[in-house]
Amino acid sequence: MAGRLIELPPPRGPLSEQLFEALEGPPHTRLACPGLIEPDDPLADEDLQLALYVAYELHYTAIAGVDERWEWSPSLLSFRSALERPFEEAVAELVPPAEAAELESVGAALQEIVAEDPGPPLSRYMETQGTREQMLEHVVHRSAYQLKESDPHSWAIPRLPPRPKAALLEVQFDEYGGGSADRMHAALFAKTMEGVGLDPTYGRYLDRWPGVTLATVNLMTGFGLHRRRRGALVGHLAGFEMTSSIPNRRYGNALRRLGYGPEVTHFYDEHVEADAVHENIAAWDLAGGLAAEEPEVAGDVLFGARALLQVEARWASHLMDSWEQGETSLREPLVPVAA
Amino acid sequence: MPPDQSPPATITPYPDGPYLVRGDFAVTDRDGNEMPVERRTIALCRCGKSRMRPFCDGTHKLIGFKAPSGQEPWPGA
Repeated sequence: MAGRLIELPPPRGPLSEQLFEALEGPPHTRLACPGLIEPDDPLADEDLQLALYVAYELHYTAIAGVDERWEWSPSLLSFRSALERPFEEAVAELVPPAEAAELESVGAALQEIVAEDPGPPLSRYMETQGTREQMLEHVVHRSAYQLKESDPHSWAIPRLPPRPKAALLEVQFDEYGGGSADRMHAALFAKTMEGVGLDPTYGRYLDRWPGVTLATVNLMTGFGLHRRRRGALVGHLAGFEMTSSIPNRRYGNALRRLGYGPEVTHFYDEHVEADAVHENIAAWDLAGGLAAEEPEVAGDVLFGARALLQVEARWASHLMDSWEQGETSLREPLVPVAA
Repeated sequence: MPPDQSPPATITPYPDGPYLVRGDFAVTDRDGNEMPVERRTIALCRCGKSRMRPFCDGTHKLIGFKAPSGQEPWPGA
Protein backbone atom coordinates (compact mmCIF):
# COMPACT_ATOMS: atom_id res chain seq x y z
CA MET A 1 0.00 0.00 0.00
CA ALA A 2 1.39 3.41 -0.96
CA GLY A 3 1.60 6.31 1.48
CA ARG A 4 -1.50 8.33 2.23
CA LEU A 5 -2.45 11.01 -0.25
CA ILE A 6 -5.76 12.84 -0.28
CA GLU A 7 -7.30 15.44 -2.57
CA LEU A 8 -8.64 18.73 -1.28
CA PRO A 9 -12.45 18.36 -1.29
CA PRO A 10 -14.79 21.11 -2.50
CA PRO A 11 -15.10 23.81 0.19
CA ARG A 12 -18.35 24.12 2.12
CA GLY A 13 -18.28 27.80 3.08
CA PRO A 14 -16.01 30.79 3.66
CA LEU A 15 -13.65 29.14 6.19
CA SER A 16 -12.86 26.07 4.12
CA GLU A 17 -12.69 28.22 0.99
CA GLN A 18 -10.13 30.56 2.57
CA LEU A 19 -8.09 27.68 3.95
CA PHE A 20 -8.02 25.60 0.76
CA GLU A 21 -7.09 28.61 -1.36
CA ALA A 22 -4.15 29.35 0.93
CA LEU A 23 -3.05 25.69 0.99
CA GLU A 24 -2.69 25.73 -2.79
CA GLY A 25 -0.06 28.48 -2.43
CA PRO A 26 3.38 28.50 -0.78
CA PRO A 27 3.37 27.68 2.94
CA HIS A 28 4.46 31.00 4.32
CA THR A 29 1.76 32.99 2.60
CA ARG A 30 -0.15 34.70 5.31
CA LEU A 31 -3.41 32.93 6.00
CA ALA A 32 -5.47 35.67 7.60
CA CYS A 33 -6.96 34.62 10.89
CA PRO A 34 -10.76 34.57 10.64
CA GLY A 35 -12.72 36.89 12.87
CA LEU A 36 -14.98 35.56 15.60
CA ILE A 37 -16.46 32.26 14.40
CA GLU A 38 -19.90 31.70 15.86
CA PRO A 39 -21.75 28.95 14.00
CA ASP A 40 -25.19 28.01 15.36
CA ASP A 41 -24.17 24.42 15.84
CA PRO A 42 -20.39 23.93 15.78
CA LEU A 43 -20.69 20.15 16.21
CA ALA A 44 -22.43 19.79 12.85
CA ASP A 45 -21.28 22.90 10.99
CA GLU A 46 -20.19 21.78 7.54
CA ASP A 47 -17.74 24.62 6.89
CA LEU A 48 -16.11 24.68 10.34
CA GLN A 49 -15.73 20.90 10.65
CA LEU A 50 -14.35 20.48 7.12
CA ALA A 51 -11.81 23.29 7.52
CA LEU A 52 -10.70 21.86 10.87
CA TYR A 53 -10.55 18.34 9.46
CA VAL A 54 -8.31 19.37 6.57
CA ALA A 55 -6.12 21.50 8.87
CA TYR A 56 -5.67 18.40 11.04
CA GLU A 57 -5.15 16.07 8.06
CA LEU A 58 -1.83 17.81 7.39
CA HIS A 59 -0.54 15.80 10.40
CA TYR A 60 -1.79 12.47 9.02
CA THR A 61 -1.38 12.55 5.26
CA ALA A 62 -0.01 14.24 2.17
CA ILE A 63 -2.55 16.41 0.34
CA ALA A 64 -2.26 16.66 -3.45
CA GLY A 65 -0.88 20.04 -4.49
CA VAL A 66 -0.24 21.15 -0.89
CA ASP A 67 3.29 21.87 0.37
CA GLU A 68 4.01 19.64 3.38
CA ARG A 69 5.54 22.56 5.25
CA TRP A 70 2.03 23.93 5.80
CA GLU A 71 1.72 21.43 8.67
CA TRP A 72 3.71 23.66 11.04
CA SER A 73 3.15 27.01 9.37
CA PRO A 74 2.38 29.60 12.10
CA SER A 75 -0.46 31.13 10.11
CA LEU A 76 -2.04 27.69 9.62
CA LEU A 77 -1.75 26.96 13.33
CA SER A 78 -3.28 30.30 14.23
CA PHE A 79 -6.13 29.78 11.75
CA ARG A 80 -6.66 26.29 13.13
CA SER A 81 -6.84 27.48 16.70
CA ALA A 82 -9.62 29.92 15.70
CA LEU A 83 -11.55 26.87 14.43
CA GLU A 84 -10.80 24.77 17.50
CA ARG A 85 -12.14 27.30 19.99
CA PRO A 86 -15.87 27.21 19.08
CA PHE A 87 -15.72 23.42 18.67
CA GLU A 88 -14.07 22.92 22.07
CA GLU A 89 -16.61 25.25 23.68
CA ALA A 90 -19.55 23.44 22.09
CA VAL A 91 -18.26 20.07 23.32
CA ALA A 92 -17.65 21.47 26.81
CA GLU A 93 -21.27 22.65 26.96
CA LEU A 94 -22.44 19.05 26.54
CA VAL A 95 -20.22 17.61 29.24
CA PRO A 96 -20.99 18.10 32.94
CA PRO A 97 -17.98 18.57 35.22
CA ALA A 98 -16.74 15.43 36.97
CA GLU A 99 -17.88 14.94 40.55
CA ALA A 100 -15.36 14.63 43.37
CA ALA A 101 -16.43 11.03 44.11
CA GLU A 102 -15.81 10.03 40.49
CA LEU A 103 -12.23 11.26 40.67
CA GLU A 104 -11.49 8.83 43.49
CA SER A 105 -11.87 5.86 41.13
CA VAL A 106 -11.65 6.87 37.52
CA GLY A 107 -11.85 3.23 36.38
CA ALA A 108 -15.15 2.73 38.21
CA ALA A 109 -16.50 6.11 37.09
CA LEU A 110 -15.82 5.18 33.46
CA GLN A 111 -17.94 2.04 33.85
CA GLU A 112 -20.85 4.18 35.07
CA ILE A 113 -20.38 6.72 32.30
CA VAL A 114 -20.48 4.19 29.46
CA ALA A 115 -23.42 2.37 31.06
CA GLU A 116 -25.41 5.59 30.53
CA ASP A 117 -24.53 6.02 26.86
CA PRO A 118 -26.76 8.86 25.62
CA GLY A 119 -26.80 7.64 22.01
CA PRO A 120 -29.68 6.00 20.08
CA PRO A 121 -29.61 2.19 19.59
CA LEU A 122 -27.87 2.35 16.20
CA SER A 123 -26.09 -1.02 16.41
CA ARG A 124 -29.27 -2.80 17.48
CA TYR A 125 -31.14 -1.18 14.59
CA MET A 126 -28.46 -2.26 12.12
CA GLU A 127 -28.43 -5.81 13.50
CA THR A 128 -32.16 -6.31 13.17
CA GLN A 129 -33.39 -4.14 10.30
CA GLY A 130 -30.68 -2.01 8.67
CA THR A 131 -30.67 -2.27 4.87
CA ARG A 132 -27.66 -2.98 2.69
CA GLU A 133 -27.54 0.67 1.58
CA GLN A 134 -27.63 1.83 5.21
CA MET A 135 -24.86 -0.58 6.17
CA LEU A 136 -22.69 0.71 3.31
CA GLU A 137 -23.33 4.28 4.45
CA HIS A 138 -22.33 3.27 7.97
CA VAL A 139 -19.07 1.81 6.66
CA VAL A 140 -18.38 4.97 4.65
CA HIS A 141 -18.93 7.20 7.71
CA ARG A 142 -16.74 5.00 9.87
CA SER A 143 -13.93 4.96 7.30
CA ALA A 144 -13.21 8.56 8.35
CA TYR A 145 -11.63 7.09 11.48
CA GLN A 146 -11.17 3.36 10.90
CA LEU A 147 -8.66 3.77 8.06
CA LYS A 148 -6.43 5.51 10.61
CA GLU A 149 -7.64 3.53 13.59
CA SER A 150 -5.53 4.11 16.70
CA ASP A 151 -3.35 6.80 15.13
CA PRO A 152 -4.81 9.75 17.09
CA HIS A 153 -4.38 7.93 20.41
CA SER A 154 -0.76 7.10 19.64
CA TRP A 155 0.00 10.80 20.18
CA ALA A 156 -0.44 10.11 23.90
CA ILE A 157 2.55 7.76 24.01
CA PRO A 158 5.35 10.27 24.68
CA ARG A 159 3.20 12.18 27.13
CA LEU A 160 2.37 9.48 29.66
CA PRO A 161 4.19 8.28 32.79
CA PRO A 162 5.64 4.73 32.52
CA ARG A 163 2.74 2.63 33.86
CA PRO A 164 -0.10 4.13 31.83
CA LYS A 165 2.28 4.32 28.87
CA ALA A 166 2.90 0.55 29.11
CA ALA A 167 -0.87 0.00 29.28
CA LEU A 168 -1.45 2.16 26.19
CA LEU A 169 1.24 0.27 24.29
CA GLU A 170 -0.29 -3.06 25.31
CA VAL A 171 -3.52 -1.91 23.63
CA GLN A 172 -1.89 -0.23 20.64
CA PHE A 173 0.40 -3.17 19.84
CA ASP A 174 -2.70 -5.29 19.36
CA GLU A 175 -4.56 -2.52 17.46
CA TYR A 176 -1.64 -2.30 15.06
CA GLY A 177 -1.76 -6.03 14.37
CA GLY A 178 0.71 -7.37 16.94
CA GLY A 179 3.62 -7.05 14.54
CA SER A 180 1.70 -8.08 11.41
CA ALA A 181 0.66 -5.34 8.98
CA ASP A 182 -2.13 -7.53 7.58
CA ARG A 183 -3.78 -7.81 10.97
CA MET A 184 -3.66 -4.08 11.68
CA HIS A 185 -7.20 -2.99 12.45
CA ALA A 186 -7.08 -0.26 9.79
CA ALA A 187 -6.07 -2.94 7.26
CA LEU A 188 -8.93 -5.20 8.37
CA PHE A 189 -11.33 -2.30 7.83
CA ALA A 190 -9.94 -1.76 4.33
CA LYS A 191 -10.73 -5.43 3.60
CA THR A 192 -14.28 -4.93 4.83
CA MET A 193 -14.65 -1.93 2.51
CA GLU A 194 -13.33 -3.90 -0.45
CA GLY A 195 -15.58 -6.82 0.41
CA VAL A 196 -18.72 -4.67 0.27
CA GLY A 197 -17.64 -2.97 -2.96
CA LEU A 198 -16.38 0.32 -1.48
CA ASP A 199 -13.08 2.03 -2.25
CA PRO A 200 -10.69 1.62 0.72
CA THR A 201 -8.38 4.44 -0.39
CA TYR A 202 -7.64 6.75 2.56
CA GLY A 203 -9.79 9.89 2.34
CA ARG A 204 -11.74 8.65 -0.68
CA TYR A 205 -15.10 9.64 0.81
CA LEU A 206 -14.06 12.95 2.38
CA ASP A 207 -16.51 14.93 0.25
CA ARG A 208 -19.36 12.67 1.42
CA TRP A 209 -18.76 12.86 5.19
CA PRO A 210 -21.07 15.40 6.80
CA GLY A 211 -19.78 17.78 9.48
CA VAL A 212 -21.26 15.62 12.22
CA THR A 213 -19.04 12.72 11.07
CA LEU A 214 -15.96 14.91 10.70
CA ALA A 215 -16.58 16.11 14.28
CA THR A 216 -16.15 12.56 15.64
CA VAL A 217 -12.63 12.48 14.20
CA ASN A 218 -11.80 16.13 14.91
CA LEU A 219 -12.59 15.49 18.57
CA MET A 220 -9.92 12.81 18.96
CA THR A 221 -7.38 14.54 16.72
CA GLY A 222 -7.79 17.72 18.76
CA PHE A 223 -7.23 15.81 22.00
CA GLY A 224 -4.28 14.05 20.39
CA LEU A 225 -2.48 17.13 19.12
CA HIS A 226 -2.63 19.06 22.39
CA ARG A 227 -0.55 17.68 25.24
CA ARG A 228 -2.75 19.55 27.71
CA ARG A 229 -5.63 17.27 26.64
CA ARG A 230 -3.73 13.99 27.26
CA GLY A 231 -6.25 13.12 29.97
CA ALA A 232 -9.16 13.63 27.57
CA LEU A 233 -7.36 11.63 24.86
CA VAL A 234 -6.89 8.69 27.21
CA GLY A 235 -10.50 8.96 28.41
CA HIS A 236 -11.65 9.05 24.79
CA LEU A 237 -9.77 5.83 24.02
CA ALA A 238 -11.09 4.13 27.16
CA GLY A 239 -14.65 5.15 26.30
CA PHE A 240 -14.18 3.97 22.72
CA GLU A 241 -12.88 0.54 23.77
CA MET A 242 -15.57 0.17 26.43
CA THR A 243 -18.38 0.76 23.94
CA SER A 244 -16.98 -1.42 21.19
CA SER A 245 -17.38 -5.18 21.83
CA ILE A 246 -21.15 -5.37 21.95
CA PRO A 247 -21.93 -2.95 19.05
CA ASN A 248 -19.32 -4.62 16.87
CA ARG A 249 -20.90 -8.02 17.43
CA ARG A 250 -24.17 -6.47 16.24
CA TYR A 251 -22.58 -4.92 13.16
CA GLY A 252 -21.01 -8.29 12.34
CA ASN A 253 -24.45 -9.88 12.71
CA ALA A 254 -25.97 -7.19 10.48
CA LEU A 255 -23.48 -7.98 7.71
CA ARG A 256 -24.08 -11.73 8.07
CA ARG A 257 -27.83 -11.14 7.87
CA LEU A 258 -27.24 -9.16 4.67
CA GLY A 259 -25.35 -12.12 3.20
CA TYR A 260 -21.72 -11.06 3.60
CA GLY A 261 -19.02 -13.58 4.47
CA PRO A 262 -16.16 -13.75 6.94
CA GLU A 263 -13.81 -11.58 4.85
CA VAL A 264 -16.25 -8.71 5.39
CA THR A 265 -17.22 -9.43 9.01
CA HIS A 266 -13.69 -10.16 10.23
CA PHE A 267 -13.03 -6.55 11.24
CA TYR A 268 -16.13 -6.55 13.47
CA ASP A 269 -15.61 -10.05 14.87
CA GLU A 270 -12.00 -9.24 15.68
CA HIS A 271 -13.15 -6.18 17.64
CA VAL A 272 -15.52 -8.21 19.80
CA GLU A 273 -12.63 -10.27 21.13
CA ALA A 274 -9.91 -7.61 21.03
CA ASP A 275 -11.89 -4.89 22.73
CA ALA A 276 -13.10 -7.25 25.44
CA VAL A 277 -9.39 -7.29 26.36
CA HIS A 278 -8.59 -3.67 25.61
CA GLU A 279 -11.48 -2.10 27.50
CA ASN A 280 -10.20 -3.45 30.81
CA ILE A 281 -6.64 -2.32 30.24
CA ALA A 282 -7.81 1.06 28.94
CA ALA A 283 -10.21 1.77 31.81
CA TRP A 284 -8.19 0.52 34.77
CA ASP A 285 -4.51 0.51 33.82
CA LEU A 286 -4.38 3.35 31.29
CA ALA A 287 -7.09 5.83 32.37
CA GLY A 288 -7.10 4.84 36.04
CA GLY A 289 -3.31 4.65 35.99
CA LEU A 290 -2.91 8.12 34.51
CA ALA A 291 -5.43 9.59 36.97
CA ALA A 292 -3.53 8.03 39.87
CA GLU A 293 -0.19 9.42 38.73
CA GLU A 294 -1.41 12.80 37.50
CA PRO A 295 -4.53 13.58 39.54
CA GLU A 296 -4.70 17.03 37.96
CA VAL A 297 -5.88 15.46 34.68
CA ALA A 298 -8.31 12.94 36.24
CA GLY A 299 -11.27 15.21 35.53
CA ASP A 300 -10.20 15.56 31.91
CA VAL A 301 -10.02 11.77 31.55
CA LEU A 302 -13.73 11.61 32.38
CA PHE A 303 -14.35 14.62 30.14
CA GLY A 304 -12.81 12.73 27.22
CA ALA A 305 -15.08 9.71 27.72
CA ARG A 306 -18.21 11.85 28.10
CA ALA A 307 -17.28 14.00 25.11
CA LEU A 308 -16.85 10.85 22.99
CA LEU A 309 -20.30 9.58 23.94
CA GLN A 310 -21.96 12.94 23.24
CA VAL A 311 -20.32 13.49 19.86
CA GLU A 312 -20.92 9.87 18.83
CA ALA A 313 -24.56 10.22 19.93
CA ARG A 314 -24.97 13.26 17.67
CA TRP A 315 -23.52 11.28 14.79
CA ALA A 316 -25.67 8.19 15.44
CA SER A 317 -28.81 10.33 15.74
CA HIS A 318 -28.00 11.95 12.42
CA LEU A 319 -27.84 8.54 10.73
CA MET A 320 -31.07 7.29 12.24
CA ASP A 321 -32.95 10.57 11.63
CA SER A 322 -31.82 10.70 8.00
CA TRP A 323 -32.88 7.12 7.37
CA GLU A 324 -36.18 7.61 9.11
CA GLN A 325 -36.88 10.41 6.63
CA GLY A 326 -35.87 8.17 3.75
CA GLU A 327 -32.77 10.25 3.01
CA THR A 328 -29.10 9.45 2.68
CA SER A 329 -27.02 10.17 5.80
CA LEU A 330 -24.10 11.17 3.57
CA ARG A 331 -23.74 14.51 1.81
CA GLU A 332 -24.29 12.74 -1.49
CA PRO A 333 -25.73 9.26 -1.92
CA LEU A 334 -23.29 6.51 -2.80
CA VAL A 335 -23.24 5.54 -6.43
CA PRO A 336 -24.55 1.99 -6.77
CA VAL A 337 -21.76 -0.53 -6.33
CA ALA A 338 -21.30 -3.96 -7.80
CA ALA A 339 -22.85 -6.61 -5.56
CA MET B 1 15.42 -14.20 31.74
CA PRO B 2 16.72 -14.72 28.18
CA PRO B 3 15.30 -12.11 25.79
CA ASP B 4 13.46 -14.69 23.68
CA GLN B 5 11.55 -16.15 26.60
CA SER B 6 8.12 -14.84 27.62
CA PRO B 7 7.59 -14.18 31.30
CA PRO B 8 5.56 -16.82 33.13
CA ALA B 9 1.78 -16.54 32.78
CA THR B 10 -0.17 -14.28 35.11
CA ILE B 11 -3.95 -14.26 35.51
CA THR B 12 -5.51 -10.99 36.67
CA PRO B 13 -9.21 -10.64 37.45
CA TYR B 14 -10.36 -7.14 36.42
CA PRO B 15 -13.04 -5.35 38.47
CA ASP B 16 -16.53 -6.47 37.35
CA GLY B 17 -14.87 -7.94 34.25
CA PRO B 18 -12.93 -10.89 32.83
CA TYR B 19 -9.64 -12.58 33.71
CA LEU B 20 -6.79 -11.12 31.70
CA VAL B 21 -4.03 -13.62 30.93
CA ARG B 22 -0.54 -12.45 30.00
CA GLY B 23 2.85 -14.08 29.54
CA ASP B 24 3.68 -17.61 28.42
CA PHE B 25 0.42 -19.55 28.25
CA ALA B 26 -1.70 -21.82 26.09
CA VAL B 27 -5.46 -22.36 26.24
CA THR B 28 -6.40 -26.01 25.73
CA ASP B 29 -9.46 -28.20 26.13
CA ARG B 30 -9.35 -31.32 28.35
CA ASP B 31 -7.88 -33.36 25.52
CA GLY B 32 -5.00 -30.96 25.21
CA ASN B 33 -6.20 -29.41 21.93
CA GLU B 34 -4.97 -25.86 21.78
CA MET B 35 -7.48 -23.11 21.07
CA PRO B 36 -6.19 -20.52 18.64
CA VAL B 37 -5.05 -17.35 20.41
CA GLU B 38 -4.04 -14.44 18.23
CA ARG B 39 -2.98 -11.88 20.78
CA ARG B 40 -0.43 -11.59 23.58
CA THR B 41 -3.04 -10.69 26.20
CA ILE B 42 -6.38 -12.48 26.26
CA ALA B 43 -9.57 -12.09 28.30
CA LEU B 44 -11.27 -15.19 29.71
CA CYS B 45 -14.96 -15.02 30.59
CA ARG B 46 -15.63 -14.67 34.33
CA CYS B 47 -19.37 -13.96 34.31
CA GLY B 48 -20.27 -17.19 32.49
CA LYS B 49 -22.48 -15.51 29.90
CA SER B 50 -20.08 -14.86 27.03
CA ARG B 51 -21.21 -16.20 23.65
CA MET B 52 -17.66 -17.24 22.81
CA ARG B 53 -16.52 -18.97 25.98
CA PRO B 54 -13.95 -19.45 27.31
CA PHE B 55 -13.16 -15.99 25.92
CA CYS B 56 -14.80 -12.75 27.02
CA ASP B 57 -17.09 -10.90 24.59
CA GLY B 58 -18.10 -8.02 26.86
CA THR B 59 -21.48 -9.51 27.86
CA HIS B 60 -20.71 -9.04 31.59
CA LYS B 61 -21.57 -5.36 31.11
CA LEU B 62 -25.10 -6.21 29.93
CA ILE B 63 -25.89 -8.43 32.92
CA GLY B 64 -24.53 -6.24 35.71
CA PHE B 65 -21.77 -8.70 36.68
CA LYS B 66 -20.00 -7.62 39.86
CA ALA B 67 -16.77 -9.06 41.27
CA PRO B 68 -13.69 -7.48 42.79
CA SER B 69 -10.20 -7.66 41.35
CA GLY B 70 -8.74 -9.10 44.53
CA GLN B 71 -9.72 -12.22 46.45
CA GLU B 72 -13.18 -12.22 47.99
CA PRO B 73 -13.25 -12.81 51.74
CA TRP B 74 -14.55 -16.17 52.98
CA PRO B 75 -18.26 -15.93 53.79
CA GLY B 76 -18.63 -15.00 57.44
CA ALA B 77 -14.93 -14.25 57.82
